[in-house]
Formats: sequence, structure tokens, C-alpha cells
Amino acid sequence: MKITVKYFASIREALGQGTEQRDTTASTLADLRDELLTISPSHAMALARGKPVRMALDQVMSDESAALSDGCEVAFFPPVTGG
Amino acid sequence: MLPRVAVQLEDFDLSTEIAMLRESDKRVGAVCSFVGTVRDRNEGDQVATLELEHYPGMTEKAIEAMIDAAMARFDIYAARVIHRVGLLQPLDQIVMVAVTSAHRGESFQACEFIMDYLKTQAPFWKKEQTPAGARWVDARVSDDTALARWGLQAPNA
Repeated sequence: MKITVKYFASIREALGQGTEQRDTTASTLADLRDELLTISPSHAMALARGKPVRMALDQVMSDESAALSDGCEVAFFPPVTGG
Repeated sequence: MLPRVAVQLEDFDLSTEIAMLRESDKRVGAVCSFVGTVRDRNEGDQVATLELEHYPGMTEKAIEAMIDAAMARFDIYAARVIHRVGLLQPLDQIVMVAVTSAHRGESFQACEFIMDYLKTQAPFWKKEQTPAGARWVDARVSDDTALARWGLQAPNA
């Protein structure tokens, strides 16, 4: 299925891109993160397990068990620091 | 009707915002507001500028949901949140939360609740310019603790 993946803040900078379209077989956010870890050394570093990476599915904060669907929008970003 | 959430580059005026929020609502007996501003120091270093990035779309939705949660939890009449993005300097205003209610207790609490929620769940990121270079600001565990006081477990840091 086709999905949109967005990156923000330090993760966006590390990857040199803010958004990418992907064709994926991942069924959850955890699966997708595993898949992204393999596509480049910078992905492997920016999204490494053990790093504080937060995720959103269709613009709602979600944990790794959240299920993806065709056309969904996923985002990876560091802990938020607004206010 | 006045939008409840604004994410904007421009500065804001607290008096104007409060006047609009309570305009012609004769039930209101209390207005509480919080304004966050840019400090010139963080973690012991001088801060020259602060740049705020956010997730357009999600930011507005997340803050709308926080206001809904505050309306459900506290007996308040109206709330408005403004958050600035882009390049800011020390002394600049960053964020405003304003709440109206019949009595002070509810709006004091709702104002703090929305702010605690926003600090840990709204997708904003700060990058500060220091003499040693630019760096992303780290999330604070104390902000997670502040949210947990409301019975909400959603660790960010």
C-alpha cells in the first residue's frame, strides 16, 4: 500500500528530507520503523531503537502497535518541546 | 465565532484576545491566562534566537483535542490558545492560553491543564542558537510529571 511518511525537527535534518511517499508491506508502525531502518545509514541512525522517537498516525500521537492503512500519513519526530 | 486555536508567525496582544474571548458573555466571572515568553538563557547557555517548527494540521488538531478535554473536565465557558512559530528572540511572546469561567478555580485549573498538556503532546520543536552553535531543545521529564498530576500518563521526554 502507498503511504506518506513525514519527519520533523532533528530527524528531518538528519535525513535531509521532510516527507517521502512509500510503497510498503508494513502493517504496523513498528513494522514500518523496522523497514525504514534498512533503507539508509542515516535512517538507521535517526530512527534507531532506543532513541526517543515519537510517532503519529494520521496526525494523532500513536504507539508502535498502531495499524497502517492505504493512504495513511505517518510521522516520526523527537519528543515535543513547545510551549 | 472566534477560532479556539491559532498557530501563527505574528505576535499577539493579550488584552485584545481576552476582550474577544469574553465578549458579551455575561456568565463570565473569571478569566485566567498564561503567556510563555522566550528566555535569554537555557541550560546555562546564552540563547540568541529560538526557532519553532511544528507539524501543520496535527498541531491544530492536537490543541483542539486538548481544549475539548479541558471543557469536559472543568466547568469553563471558552478557551483560546495561540502558539507562535518561526524565528523568535528573547523577550518575545511564544504561547498564550486564556480561559473563561463563572468562578476562578475552574479557569485557573483549566489554564494549567491545557498548558501541561500542550508542553508534552503538541507537535512543536524548539531549536536555539547559542554561542556554541544551534541545538534542538531537549524535552523535560518535569513536564511529563506535570501532566501526570492530572491523571494523564503520556510520557514525552
